[in-house]
Amino acid sequence: MKSGIASMTEPEIRLPDAEQLVVSSSPHFHCGNSVAKIMLLVILALLPACLVAVYYFGVAAFRVLTLCMLFCVGTEALCSKLMKRPLEINDFSALLTGLLLGMNLPPGTPSWICLVGSLIAIGIGKMAYGGMGQNPFNPALVGRVALLVSFPQAMNTWQIPGMDSVSGATPLQELGMLQQKALAGDSAELNEFLQNIPYGDYMLGNMGGSLGEACALALILGGIFLIVIRVVRWQIPVFMIATVAVCSTLAWLAKPDLCAPPQFHLLSGGLILGAFFMATDPVTSPMSRLGAILFAIGCGLIVCAIRFWGNYPEGISFAILVMNAMTPLLDKVTMRKPFGTQKKAVKNA
Amino acid sequence: MITATVILLIIGVLIALAIGLVVKFFAVEVDPLLEQVSAIMPGTNCGACGYAGCAGYAAALVGRKAQPGDCPAMSDSLLHQLCELLGVEDVKKERRVAVVFCSGNDQNATRQAFYNGVNRCRDAMLVAAGAKSCTYGCLGLGACAQACPYGAIEVRNRLAIVHPELCRACGLCVQTCPKKLIRLVPASAPIHVFCSSPARGSFKRNACKTACIGCRRCVKAAEENQIRMNGFLAVINYGNPPAAEVAQSCPTAALRANVTQVEANKDSSI
Amino acid sequence: MSKIFRFHGGVYPPEEKLASQAGIQVAPLLEKYTVPLQMHIGAPAKSLVQKGQKVLRGQLLAEPGGYVSAAVHSPTSGVIKEYGSCLGVNGTQWPALIIESDGEDQNQEPMPPISDWQNTDPKILLKRIEDAGIVGKGGAAFPTHVKLSPPPDTPIDTLIINGVECEPGLSADHRLMLENPDQIIEGALIVAHILQAKNIYLGIEDNKQDTIELFREKTASTGAPQVYSLKVRYPQGAEKHLIYALTKRKVPRGGLPLNVGCVVQNVASIYAIYDAVVNGKPLYERVTTVTGNPVVNPGNWLLRIGSSYADALKLAGGLKEQPAKVISGGPMMGVSVYSLDIPVTKNCAGLLFLSRSQLSQFQSKACIHCGRCNDVCPMRLTPGMLGIQIENDRFDLAEAWNVLDCMECGCCAYICPAHRPLVQHMRRAKTEVIAKRQAAEAKKSS
Repeated sequence: MKSGIASMTEPEIRLPDAEQLVVSSSPHFHCGNSVAKIMLLVILALLPACLVAVYYFGVAAFRVLTLCMLFCVGTEALCSKLMKRPLEINDFSALLTGLLLGMNLPPGTPSWICLVGSLIAIGIGKMAYGGMGQNPFNPALVGRVALLVSFPQAMNTWQIPGMDSVSGATPLQELGMLQQKALAGDSAELNEFLQNIPYGDYMLGNMGGSLGEACALALILGGIFLIVIRVVRWQIPVFMIATVAVCSTLAWLAKPDLCAPPQFHLLSGGLILGAFFMATDPVTSPMSRLGAILFAIGCGLIVCAIRFWGNYPEGISFAILVMNAMTPLLDKVTMRKPFGTQKKAVKNA
Repeated sequence: MITATVILLIIGVLIALAIGLVVKFFAVEVDPLLEQVSAIMPGTNCGACGYAGCAGYAAALVGRKAQPGDCPAMSDSLLHQLCELLGVEDVKKERRVAVVFCSGNDQNATRQAFYNGVNRCRDAMLVAAGAKSCTYGCLGLGACAQACPYGAIEVRNRLAIVHPELCRACGLCVQTCPKKLIRLVPASAPIHVFCSSPARGSFKRNACKTACIGCRRCVKAAEENQIRMNGFLAVINYGNPPAAEVAQSCPTAALRANVTQVEANKDSSI
Repeated sequence: MSKIFRFHGGVYPPEEKLASQAGIQVAPLLEKYTVPLQMHIGAPAKSLVQKGQKVLRGQLLAEPGGYVSAAVHSPTSGVIKEYGSCLGVNGTQWPALIIESDGEDQNQEPMPPISDWQNTDPKILLKRIEDAGIVGKGGAAFPTHVKLSPPPDTPIDTLIINGVECEPGLSADHRLMLENPDQIIEGALIVAHILQAKNIYLGIEDNKQDTIELFREKTASTGAPQVYSLKVRYPQGAEKHLIYALTKRKVPRGGLPLNVGCVVQNVASIYAIYDAVVNGKPLYERVTTVTGNPVVNPGNWLLRIGSSYADALKLAGGLKEQPAKVISGGPMMGVSVYSLDIPVTKNCAGLLFLSRSQLSQFQSKACIHCGRCNDVCPMRLTPGMLGIQIENDRFDLAEAWNVLDCMECGCCAYICPAHRPLVQHMRRAKTEVIAKRQAAEAKKSS
């Protein structure tokens, strides 16, 4: 048959050369999107927040972010080598994990903690499960939580922007401490705190916190960019933030003298970063839209539970990790009925 | 410290006692014969006997519902042991091996196009049937090799080859092959026709260098009733297999001994 | 004009309709035709001719091999050279008759025309369609007479003419509609008469404005068929989704359009029915698009059934550059082939050549669970999850996740950022699940 094609070739008309043809299953067109493109766009959307962090915290922030990215990519390369798998760092997912891990660390994190965090995030959080696409938990959050429970001292040393060596508390930590005091009977400081919340500073990032928690405005801009170009689906951030808003409003209405108003909860801490960039990680969030909505609501509820009643001042990481574990179940529960499924009423009729 | 150690010790002893009692009183009676029979089973659960795994076959044997000799993977000595255990007459069975009836590797039968898809035979069948010059030939993606519980099938140069010394004739590869190229034949047959294409001789000659082109020379070279023609394809009568020398009559080397046997002979001669 | 309903999912592939402005050209007579005996779903046709026999154009070569089967007619006059085989689009050998043309192209006495079809018994018209060997020319090649014979207890009220042609690249239906509007309208009325359907809808995608306007003009006085302009979205032309778009009726799972009182016919089939009834001409030629960037003159040709792909390519002037892929059909659901010896069949709407730059050659990566396939699946399945299950040979899970509802439209694999061969997985799982069910049924009956 090969000769069949050759014999039909006439001098003026070219016919295909069989050996150069490709056969594959349909469809033969592809939209041109790729995993690497998605990851790069997410990194692009994170850049404004990174720049703000570097602006406020200077070289320290730059060092933490770069080291985390470097260590994460290195860990993935090392694991691929050890596992005798093809090197897949060109999909930039390790780079993104490193960036997200860095954004979850305090600006003054020592380099060796960055290294440990990267090893845990990629080594245990991702490659141990079989690499890209197989991990049940968001690797960056696995790294962060491991660091948080292992090195609480280093992970809770926050800098106040602009004041280099002064370490202070994040707004949520401050709120937690003052609430303790208020419950013990001394509510004067809490009242003062609640009356003078500098929302403008929170919005622009002028507060203590991890690198990524700093500037809500830059994160929101990046998040909206991702939603507009449809890299992440709007359901997760919108429903997660809405749930937190609803819960904190309810708490505030019930106990206005003890609880912070909802806008404080939305702007302080890592909610914006978590909702737009961590919870939307495709690998660890449900595939169906309904599942994503349930996932986001669950995240919001757990965040509020930890913030209101928990020992930790901040619960985004734990909330997302817990809901990551629920993802397979949510996917199963929200399996859609195929097109043309008859409603029961029709069947009986 | 001491209190804790003592308490743990006591708890340990109590639990050990409880476990011991449970084992004693709730033990399941096992037929000793079943245990012995199960020990003889090859344990690969290939399912060729028709029962659900080796345990199922063993239970059927002890329950006298199955015959010894249904397990193709059992060696003669083990079969003898089994018959003794069950107290039945010795069953003789002929050793059979699987043969891939194709010799169209990459040199012999060309690939017409680059197949870009899932690297498994049954998936490749769905895309232009594998895009090989011979539409009947081996795809070389090794579905049979994956199915073989004994590691007897090797894919060499995009052609599946059975190593007869490892083959236990369980027949899993026979079911797996999407092109239906594998059959079980008596192990004593020295040569086989490594071609399954029913197409015309001229067609096959273009498609593959080692196809059976239907020239009938082997039929003439062999004794009567040893090889017959099925259309354009020579078929060996495995009830009365031809001698190895008949292979020399074949102009395309479709009729020959198994490649691995040829290699084994070469090695021994060196 | 009633409302058009939007189905769930779908994608927007580049249209690439290079040949949409090229008028239909009649292909010259060839020396040799290879006519496969099975160009339809169902039993293969039974050959009626002997080797060496002389046949005329339009002569019956093979009769239907059963109820679900179709007759095959000779594309030209000549001699049956051989009863042999040919390579089919699926890569296996098909039984085929090879006809050597005598160059005279003598026509057999045509079947008597039925010009007064309005007053003819539908059964006679159905018999004519069966005798003419007409099958669904859109893709599946289901014998048309079977499709037009619904069981007596399922009344059909709606006939939908599918002029959507949502596959990128192809323009055969577009040109056919543009050049033969009156014949298609009359054909539609004939089919509506057979089915006794009171509604006749014609759905056309709005990238064919010229055709929509032409048909609106032609049907302005009668109002039949009603012309609907549909927003371009793949797979708008899928039977179930076209019915939903025009009538909001949902074909039940595993059911047929006739379960909701609809029958869908492709415009090319309608044209063939018109030819068979009014002109008495059996189906032995069809309009096929030969297109693609590497083709010198992309265009639409009226080709005899049995012309080889190589002949079709030669009509289009051959190739400018080496193609990387040859596709029988469109780029979304077409079958890639590796030889041009394959004959043009009754359902071959196009022959598409892709250059290397257009190739979406993939190295599949792990699923990242992004859910894009979920969003685009018009059948509302979960292709990503199914792909993972099937990769691990869990066909039982795939069955539970409704893999049999997949229609292989290709939206999921088109959109997948990990380049996963999802459609291939689905096809594999469907064959396995169907084989398993058949085995279970055979066991039950025995």
